[in-house]
Amino acid sequence: MLQHRRILALWLPRLPTDRLIRRAPSRSEAPLVVSHKANNALYVYGLNRPAQKLGLYKGQPLANARAMVQPLAIVPADEKADAALLEHIADWCDRFTPLVTLDPPDGLLLDITGASHLFGGETQMLATVTGLIARQGFTVTGAIAGTSLAAHALAHYAPGTITLPGRDAEMITPLSITALDPGDKALRALRHAGLKTIGMVAQRRQSELAERLGKNFIARLKVLLGAEEQPLQPRRPLPDLMAEQRFAEPIVSEDSIAASLLSLAQSLSGIMEREGKGARLLEAAFFRADGKIERIAIRSGAPLRDPKIMLRLLRQRLDALADPLDPGFGFDLIRLEALLAEETNPVTVSFDSNENARRQIAFMVDRLAARFGDAQVQRFVPQATHIPEAGAVAVPAQDREFTSDAAWVLRRQAGDPPRRPLRLLEKPEEVSAVVASVPDGPPNRFRWRQCRHEVARAEGPERIAMEWWKKEGLTRDYFRVETKDGQRFWLYRDGLFHQIGAPRWYLQGIFA
Amino acid sequence: MAVDSSQALRIIEHIMNKSAKLAELRHFMARYGLPPERTPIPLGEPSADAVLGGGLKPGALHEVLAKGWSAGGFAVTLAFLAAGSKPFFWVRSGYEALEYGALSPNGLAELGGDPRQLFMVRTRNPAESLSAAADILACPHVGALLLEIHGTPKCLDLVASRRLAFAASESGATPILLRNGAESEPSAALTRWQVASAPSASFDDDWGNPVFDAQLIRHRTGGLGRFLLTWNPEISMFVDPVSSQLGSAYADTSLRHPPPQMLRMRGRSA
Repeated sequence: MLQHRRILALWLPRLPTDRLIRRAPSRSEAPLVVSHKANNALYVYGLNRPAQKLGLYKGQPLANARAMVQPLAIVPADEKADAALLEHIADWCDRFTPLVTLDPPDGLLLDITGASHLFGGETQMLATVTGLIARQGFTVTGAIAGTSLAAHALAHYAPGTITLPGRDAEMITPLSITALDPGDKALRALRHAGLKTIGMVAQRRQSELAERLGKNFIARLKVLLGAEEQPLQPRRPLPDLMAEQRFAEPIVSEDSIAASLLSLAQSLSGIMEREGKGARLLEAAFFRADGKIERIAIRSGAPLRDPKIMLRLLRQRLDALADPLDPGFGFDLIRLEALLAEETNPVTVSFDSNENARRQIAFMVDRLAARFGDAQVQRFVPQATHIPEAGAVAVPAQDREFTSDAAWVLRRQAGDPPRRPLRLLEKPEEVSAVVASVPDGPPNRFRWRQCRHEVARAEGPERIAMEWWKKEGLTRDYFRVETKDGQRFWLYRDGLFHQIGAPRWYLQGIFA
Repeated sequence: MAVDSSQALRIIEHIMNKSAKLAELRHFMARYGLPPERTPIPLGEPSADAVLGGGLKPGALHEVLAKGWSAGGFAVTLAFLAAGSKPFFWVRSGYEALEYGALSPNGLAELGGDPRQLFMVRTRNPAESLSAAADILACPHVGALLLEIHGTPKCLDLVASRRLAFAASESGATPILLRNGAESEPSAALTRWQVASAPSASFDDDWGNPVFDAQLIRHRTGGLGRFLLTWNPEISMFVDPVSSQLGSAYADTSLRHPPPQMLRMRGRSA
């Protein structure tokens, strides 16, 4: 049976003023408007209830509003702050469903398909969501319908409506044509034609409408009436698989959190086993009762399914957090998501010791990465460039297969000593007091990090020109020098002597 | 008082038993807490291998005190030798990378190592490095661990080094503790080397393979010595036909270091 999608739309019509009033509650009494500049004139962008009662409205020129109401508190709009606030509310809504979308500038869409029974049915769920948001000091309306457009229209023009599954049209047709949000021109055209409700518009022949108002209009109308589907774009990557646990009484203690994580890991593992999958990227989300959400993610080199290992990696990551997980007044929901799940081959016990070794090393790398950070456990990949400092790139060890046949090109001929230093300084360091017997030759002595070095042997120059297609850089003449006491360094002269007057010398590497 | 011969015999037997037992006990004490016997990995230089009892013992902690910039390479070569074809981990904190330079995999390859075996782990401080090391050593599939620690941090005490040694003896992975800017102090290491770089042996202006002046200053199961070791990247061993021929010539012209020879030998279990 095809399941009808159910979308819960929320509209926060007074978001800009609510934001200000939440910070300074005294502002709720007097008329307050938020102004916005468009086409070089100021308009009313948002207003609180007292201001609306006095006859002000959204989109009114600010000068008119000023003339009508004195005194009037005016605050310039801060759209970024509004957007950030909406994001926070969306984060908070994650506890109802992982599929939450922003409906800018002041709405949210929640895909609650198959989730409403957890909250006592759709009516109860709508009341819960709007009630909780209203308690935070927001004016909010909501509606539930089969498509995002229909839910959006109902939230704006018929708040509190819940359509019957698959029968959105019944509730939509009585709405005024403004709910179609067709744009000024189309609105005028529809009015001119005497079409007042969406139902009246829908009765016209499609070809007629398309000719007058364009194909987009038809598409919108169809979605609105529930004849077509419009998928939501989730804000966060949707988990491939997930398990969650809700608590009537928020949990605080470390033990109960650990116990919950274990049972979540077990159920997620069960789900993954049925699907024949394992998690490569696992995220645990802790929803605090006061709305804050903490997320921790762990990455795994190989698809992971064993709940004990999952738990161990999670605990290690939790222990390594710079600021420990703060339960505050407790977590009321913990969710474990496999953000990236991959097919695993059915577990076959391998007697190949190499395979076993590889797996154990991979597991250890995962553990180290969970503790110290993914980027702190690295392997190297050779790069095709002759610039010494770019000759290799470090990649997170988890991202590469254990065996890789990328070859390392040797500079030295058979029987030669190493031609490249074992260690490269993060940045070449300038050396001072360089004395060279011939201008283009190697230095006889130099000073580096407060120490004088007398050169006993030197070899070079090895001339390395910078990659001309990338950026300006001087040609470097590299010398391998050995000091009198046997220390071996890699120095270069930045630029040729005849190119620039007094080239500088840098120490870039240290040989074994 | 006359002692009859049978009684005398019994007394002698008793004393001999006692000394045999004592010797046995001494032998046991000397090996107490030592890693189980594993086949040593030869360094290549015969005199050094003789003192080490065949070579570098795997599954045991080896400490390298580096004097000067180039000496750390000795620890890296030991780690190659110990790792064989198994993975090789290098653990260091951000400070070491900044002070002593980031590892260049190309340089590692030039020195005869295989960067494909290498895993780098960067931590925030020595305490984290030690705990990462403990994790790594617990895995029997790890070949070698190079733990680079600067100075003498508090966390690197006798207990910590004993932990490393114990973990290594359990799993068989070989930890090499590379210490820059540190002095010799008690630890659970099986061998402790004080290493400086030495002028390379070469006739012309070009310098040859890296040479280390390696002093074995502690060895729990054998003698000590001082060796001039030349690393041959071609065969990844301390064998260099040129320098061994040059040994005497080097001794004549050497300004600072004595020629390769054992300075002193001290037996413990022998």
